[in-house]
Amino acid sequence: MTSWKKKLLGLTTGAVVAMSSGASLAVEIEYWQYIFDARIQAMDILIEKFEAANPDITVKQTTFPYADYRTKVAAAIPAGEGPDVVQLFYGWLNDYVDAELITPLPTDMFPPEQIEAEYFPMVQAMKRDGQYMALPTAVRSLALFYNKRLFAEAGIEAPPATLDELIETAKKLTKKDGSGNLTQVGITTGMNAQDHHWFREVLVRQFGGAPYDASNAKVTYADAGGAAALKWYTDLQTVHEVTSFGFMDEPQAAFKAGRAGMHIDGSFRIGALDSTRGLEWGVAELPAGPDGMKSNYSSYWVNALTSKATGEKAEAAKKFIAFITTDEAMQIWLDTVGELPAKPSAGLTDENKMNPVFGPFINGLGYAKTTVFANESGQRQVLMDATQRIFLEGQSPEDAIAAAAAEEQKILDEYYN
Amino acid sequence: MANSASIKGSSATLDVAKTMPRRNQFDIGQIARWVLLFGGGILMVLPIVYMLSTSLKWPHEIYNLSIIPDEPTLDNYVYVLEDGRFYSWFFNSLIIATATTVSAVIFDSLVGYVLCKFEFRGRMIVFIAILSTLMIPTEMLIIPWYMMAKTFGWLDSYWGIMFPGVMTAFGTFLMKQFFETVPDDFLEAARIDGLNEFEIWWRVAMPMVTPALAALAIFVFLGNWTAFIWPLIVTNSPELYTLPVGLTTFSVEQSVEWELIMTGAALATIPTLIVFLIFQKYIIRGVVMAGLKG
Amino acid sequence: MNFYGALTIKQKQVVWAWTFLAVPAIFYCLIRFYPTFNAIALSFQEWNLLGARTWTGIDNYTKLFADPVFWKVFKNTFIYLLLGTPISLLISFVIAYNLDKVRFMHGTIRALYFLPFMTSTVAMAWLWRWFYQPVPIGLFNNALATIGIPQFEFLNSTTWALPSILAPAVWAGLGFQIIIFMAGLRAIPQTYYEAARIDGVGSWTTLWRITLPLLKPTIVFLVVLSSIGFLRIFDQVFNMTSNNPGGPLNSTKPLVLMIYETAFSSFDMGYAAAQTVVLFTVLLIVSLTQLYIMRDK
Repeated sequence: MTSWKKKLLGLTTGAVVAMSSGASLAVEIEYWQYIFDARIQAMDILIEKFEAANPDITVKQTTFPYADYRTKVAAAIPAGEGPDVVQLFYGWLNDYVDAELITPLPTDMFPPEQIEAEYFPMVQAMKRDGQYMALPTAVRSLALFYNKRLFAEAGIEAPPATLDELIETAKKLTKKDGSGNLTQVGITTGMNAQDHHWFREVLVRQFGGAPYDASNAKVTYADAGGAAALKWYTDLQTVHEVTSFGFMDEPQAAFKAGRAGMHIDGSFRIGALDSTRGLEWGVAELPAGPDGMKSNYSSYWVNALTSKATGEKAEAAKKFIAFITTDEAMQIWLDTVGELPAKPSAGLTDENKMNPVFGPFINGLGYAKTTVFANESGQRQVLMDATQRIFLEGQSPEDAIAAAAAEEQKILDEYYN
Repeated sequence: MANSASIKGSSATLDVAKTMPRRNQFDIGQIARWVLLFGGGILMVLPIVYMLSTSLKWPHEIYNLSIIPDEPTLDNYVYVLEDGRFYSWFFNSLIIATATTVSAVIFDSLVGYVLCKFEFRGRMIVFIAILSTLMIPTEMLIIPWYMMAKTFGWLDSYWGIMFPGVMTAFGTFLMKQFFETVPDDFLEAARIDGLNEFEIWWRVAMPMVTPALAALAIFVFLGNWTAFIWPLIVTNSPELYTLPVGLTTFSVEQSVEWELIMTGAALATIPTLIVFLIFQKYIIRGVVMAGLKG
Repeated sequence: MNFYGALTIKQKQVVWAWTFLAVPAIFYCLIRFYPTFNAIALSFQEWNLLGARTWTGIDNYTKLFADPVFWKVFKNTFIYLLLGTPISLLISFVIAYNLDKVRFMHGTIRALYFLPFMTSTVAMAWLWRWFYQPVPIGLFNNALATIGIPQFEFLNSTTWALPSILAPAVWAGLGFQIIIFMAGLRAIPQTYYEAARIDGVGSWTTLWRITLPLLKPTIVFLVVLSSIGFLRIFDQVFNMTSNNPGGPLNSTKPLVLMIYETAFSSFDMGYAAAQTVVLFTVLLIVSLTQLYIMRDK
């Protein structure tokens, strides 16, 4: 019993010793991100280029399943295990900064003025006390995916440019069976997917409201604007009958299966749709609001330097972060992963803007907002519950939005106090 | 509780099924019983049939309700098996599940036996303390375990994945209950014959609870085969992933490749099915107590 | 050895008992009790997993008992227990009892019942979720639609979602309970039945007077263990409602899911620990009550 345990322990310690002795020849740094084939490939390309330029540094890439990446990182980093450079969701940054688990990027290598001049404005959310805590390689935004075959079938020429057009278009795309059950929806809906972002940062603003105040600590959508936005959104199901929440379980599944005419989703969906056989799809910018206002939601993953990296490892890690945030690296990321460059200089090239797939997303970045989340899943749940109270309990949009705002305020209060 | 005097050596049966009066064989009731049980069994496996059917479908066809795919394909299996890592995940799971099963069966039955057959102060407290460990969700234990594994240098190793499972409260409870069916007189007789306590447990008591041991082996194996959260947290290298952890690499951000999940699940069921088929015959075999009495 | 020889039989038993228990005692203290005490201590602290722990007294508990969601979840947890345990035990006993009397294809039928227990919970939860969907993809609703019955809102209903999730949980656990019952039935010495037959006792009387009383250790085990199982229900709920965890409107959320979300979505470890302590206390009370009621008198 004990002897095989010892053997196993011996094997693993042996492996560790072997690895660290190899590292003494060159500096080895570790990089963590979640598993997504294209991201891993893109990072492999970047590491290869980086190592060619810096022969004394090797970079080890370690990846974990997406669903539990956050838990994994949260368990490892405080224990002093894990990476020198870690990829974090922008919304988690506060926790890591507060716990001093990540080190600010030095201003000599990463001057704040230069970052502010070069990056899309939402990246400024990464600044603390005059220093940047982390930087993204790529950013995402939302757009309207549409099924070209269903559009042609219904005789629709172009994707809707406004919310009113969206309803008309969706009506033409909706199909029901003999007993009135939906068999094809005009547009997918469900707060569980990207719709809560669309609602918060796009619809609320388009109907004259604002989701949060400037401090991001106060919910401000419990007004006429917010109620109108929620009414417009839930009317898609209750009045216009062009959708059903949770149709086919997941919005993206319905669109992939060709059972939905339109679908709002992020740029990260491009890859999955590309590989779907028999699906012909197009992308358009999100429809404009009643007074022509355009808005979008942007999110991103950032590269941060952990406090575990010290001495020559920290130096190597900084060089690595600088390398993966160059224009060249961003273009490689776009070409391999399909995620949009974080700098206009790399993103807003004529070629990228004209690209039929990336174009609408990149144009959306120009006017995109970023939500500063305290607890993303909790805040999503609040909006989910608001829609369900309308559908299952017959609550009015005014009451539902007020209840949602109160609940979300509670989450924010707990977080900021 | 049981009056052992009434148990004859001859009742020590290695029977495959219980002896039943011959005349009942073509009884209508017996046939109805069989038909109902069989029908229920078919209903039970219906979702599993769908699992297999989905694993043979193309992605665009998975929402089709037909059990038999329009264009069956083995592509999903090729995809999963082509990924060389699948075999090491499979192998890791096999080693870990087997080792923990052996360990848990031995320790759980030992502890269960002590708690059932020995009289000592604090027995009930020990039992309740062990039972109470079933009442904390694993999710709350992983952080302390992680710290512990780090302190002892067990991270990212087989032993690190295994150590929380080498003994189970579940198995201890199961074995304690089944040792109740072993008559004390048997143990007393063995004691008079000069066997020491260890021999009594191993050579007298254990053979009498074979069905429970077989059931325990199946459950511990299954539990470790499907364990997810702890193996995920404790491993860093994909080569050390267990099968359930490895299979989650098929689900990506905000989307899941269901046909691949079903394929992985189908492949993952094969070894558990084999383990079940190996051990279930011991459950059928029934109580083996030949030659002990008399 | 002399010292050992001088002991009475009773004292020898005690020595042997603790010798056997030595290694397990170390294991349980280190791997099980220590983290449990850690969780209890944590329930009086605030900790976001990344930073330092700070003591907050009973804040977590006052917050918990004032939270309406907690009471909703508490109620749900007991509904899972009160429906799940009796239903699953009754079904599994009836199946095991009858299966025990069947010879033709005995092994095959038993394997059919056991298969669900062996397959991946995630995959199975998704399949059930899919069965429950409205048309066009839901199996059950498509069947209803073809015979002209209106659609039934299985998972999208605050009333029916919980039973709809309980069904696959019972389904998945049946195989386990059947196997344990069968092992228990096989452990009953044949001589009892032979004696009963010679005395001309009917099969109902045999069941009530011989089988069930002798099956008591098995029944105690299954009642306690399946109660713990249903009070700790998580996998099915988590996977079947992943679009809206514990929904709609918290109508299916059990305590363990609330703990999981508090710990790994909100990263409020202290609050999650307080919930864990409540769950622990409830489980302990329920189990000890059951053991007390079913003790050997």
